[in-house]
Amino acid sequence: MPDSRSDAGPRGQGPGRWVLGLLPLALLAGLVAFFFGADPTAPFRDAFPPVEDLTIERVSFPESGVMRVHVVNGGPEAATIAQVIVDDAYWQFEIDRDPTLPRLASATLELDYPWVEGELHVIRLVTSTGLTFDHEVAVATLSPRPNALYLTTFGLLGLYAGVLPVLIGLLWYPFLRRIDRKWIHFYLSLTVGLLAFLVVDALEDTLETSALVAEGFQAAGLIAVGFIGAIVGLRALGNLGRGMGGAGSGGEGSGSAGGGGASRGLTVAYLIAISIGLHNLGEGLAIGAAFSLGEIALGSFLVIGFALHNTTEGLAIVAPVADRRPALRHFAFMGGIAGLPTVLGAWAGGFSYSPTLATFFLALGAGAIVQVIVEVTRLIRKSWPQGVFTPLNATGLLLGLLVMYGTALMVTA
Amino acid sequence: MKPERLSRRDWLKLGAAGVAGVSGATVLDLASRGGARDALAASGALPREPGTAGAPAGPHGGHQEAMGIVGMPGPDGVFDPAAFLTDFDYGDVTTRADGRVVRRWEFVALDRDIEIAPGVFFPAWTYNGQVPGPTLRCTEGDILQVAFVNAGSHPHTIHFHGTHPPEMDGFEPIVEPGQRFTYEFEAKPFGLHLYHCHTMPLKRHIHKGLYGTFIVDPPEGREPAREMVMVMNAFDSNLDGDNEVYAVNTSAFYYQHHPVRVGVGDLCRIYLVNTTEFDLINSFHLHAGMFKVFRTGTRPDQYELTDTIMMCQGERHVLEFRLENPGMHMFHAHQSEFAELGWMGFFEAVERLAAGDGVPVRGHGGRRNHA
Repeated sequence: MPDSRSDAGPRGQGPGRWVLGLLPLALLAGLVAFFFGADPTAPFRDAFPPVEDLTIERVSFPESGVMRVHVVNGGPEAATIAQVIVDDAYWQFEIDRDPTLPRLASATLELDYPWVEGELHVIRLVTSTGLTFDHEVAVATLSPRPNALYLTTFGLLGLYAGVLPVLIGLLWYPFLRRIDRKWIHFYLSLTVGLLAFLVVDALEDTLETSALVAEGFQAAGLIAVGFIGAIVGLRALGNLGRGMGGAGSGGEGSGSAGGGGASRGLTVAYLIAISIGLHNLGEGLAIGAAFSLGEIALGSFLVIGFALHNTTEGLAIVAPVADRRPALRHFAFMGGIAGLPTVLGAWAGGFSYSPTLATFFLALGAGAIVQVIVEVTRLIRKSWPQGVFTPLNATGLLLGLLVMYGTALMVTA
Repeated sequence: MKPERLSRRDWLKLGAAGVAGVSGATVLDLASRGGARDALAASGALPREPGTAGAPAGPHGGHQEAMGIVGMPGPDGVFDPAAFLTDFDYGDVTTRADGRVVRRWEFVALDRDIEIAPGVFFPAWTYNGQVPGPTLRCTEGDILQVAFVNAGSHPHTIHFHGTHPPEMDGFEPIVEPGQRFTYEFEAKPFGLHLYHCHTMPLKRHIHKGLYGTFIVDPPEGREPAREMVMVMNAFDSNLDGDNEVYAVNTSAFYYQHHPVRVGVGDLCRIYLVNTTEFDLINSFHLHAGMFKVFRTGTRPDQYELTDTIMMCQGERHVLEFRLENPGMHMFHAHQSEFAELGWMGFFEAVERLAAGDGVPVRGHGGRRNHA
């Protein structure tokens, strides 16, 4: 072995390394080809009935007497939609494609069904093998269409829930500027508490929504990609920002609080704004979906609850820049970055709600907030030699959790 | 005849009449004297003349037609609901030395996928590849021989209703796959009976499709009539202990899309059997007519006149009726849920039915006319 190593000369150079890199891949390809060719699991497959798994992602009511059913095949094999039962009655339907859906294919069914405003309807798909897949519409209501009226309505909802509260929260800036440094850290800690609550809350929403995702779309994988992707992506963005701000490598060294401090605080503030924006995209989806799914009462509470919630998010954004003096335009930008995604989310959720996308964005939002917590904690640690968990800071953190708990009660009340 | 349709204006007027203070008491009072409509017409809320509000039906006014299934069942090769309706199997007939009629049938239990609604297939257990099994028909006093071969994947039996020695009852012996057993007994009493598998678990062996009709005619026969057999059955296609498809003779909505043609004024006779599993009762309801119910078909002199009959699992009755008017006469379970899940059909009454058209007439002037 030592001989062959020395024969290879300087390792990691020359065309030979590509062969070494590709060899495992070639073996893997051979293995896959053999598996499909020899089909060793065929005896098992024949012994079992086909596995079918259709998911109704959404039912919309474009007009009186018409319902549209959006189906996706999340199972491992193709499945054929043979009949449809609505409220325990077979009902004729038109399908926009061949009724045999391959894996991960989707279809839209249209039925002339006299649905009743405000009432519950159960849609059941019957496949060619007699298996059934159900979906319950809790409250049937005319689906919003992307016209000027609804765009405006959902836009306003997004403004109320996202943009305005964040801007109001930003108004704490002058107050923060007039208080002692110790108290600034108290408010930063409070922010960490607010955000920690949001992480748990967002993850719960994510898991709840993921239950509606067709199995084939692998909700767990979506959550992993969104959650971890947001943390890693924002961290890389933060390092990039610090690099441009001239704060050096931004390593774990503790004495760099002074140099480049103004731009560093601003970078953190922007990072927080971006993260909150990602999170608010998910909140917007929830608001839009609640309205379009007919849960109008829930939608109203969501708007009020999110508005209260999001005001504290404004505080979270300005806290890192409390001892600097950024230009006014930065506040407008940060407010927009944090709040406007709520509007986009409300549009998307209102017109075409997809549990798959919602799960991804909720996970993305949750990951984004984790990264914000990391950034804010780092900010406290670097500029406050007494450490992160002073009694005052700990009080602030706990208070932040409690404030969020209080405002969260409004969302579900 | 199309129903009269109120125009949008009429609706507004009706609403206005309500708002204007036609109190509930007044409406009830008027209605009890049959004057509600006149009063509303006088108030301008309802059109005076029928047809004056003739707005055309909207694009989605046709929900009556939108209910039901998509497509038609494909050819089966063994079972056709249209043929099954009027198919009575009298068996291979021989006469014994003592002069008694002997009827013999071959029964084979087979596993087979059957189409219970267009495009929906059910992994059934069948007698002779069909669900329901063949309709056996004989006359009281005949000697019956049913040679049973189990070519299925599970043990089965054939349990006949009626009077016979317990060893021929089909509770025992259990016929294992690959085994055979011949049931032999005298047909009695006359009436409408059924047969089904009696292997445990009973519920599964029956709902999977092992059942059929067993008719014992009275020695003197019944009055000639257009005769048909209807087995009310249902299928638990997703095996959750609840039925997804209801029908008479297996195929959901079949006789709705292929109305059963009979002649106006002709005597019609239905041999109606309930083999539904999971639901305690099923029922039969006839539109625009009444029928006589001969319970279990055992007393030709006793009947009840009705248009709706409720039947427990395993219950069966002979129904007789004459349709007085030409046109479509709906029949269905009066459990709306069963009806809308497939148990629904039409009789089409025709003034003059051409020879060979519609349900054939069977005359039974007694034993000599059989076979």
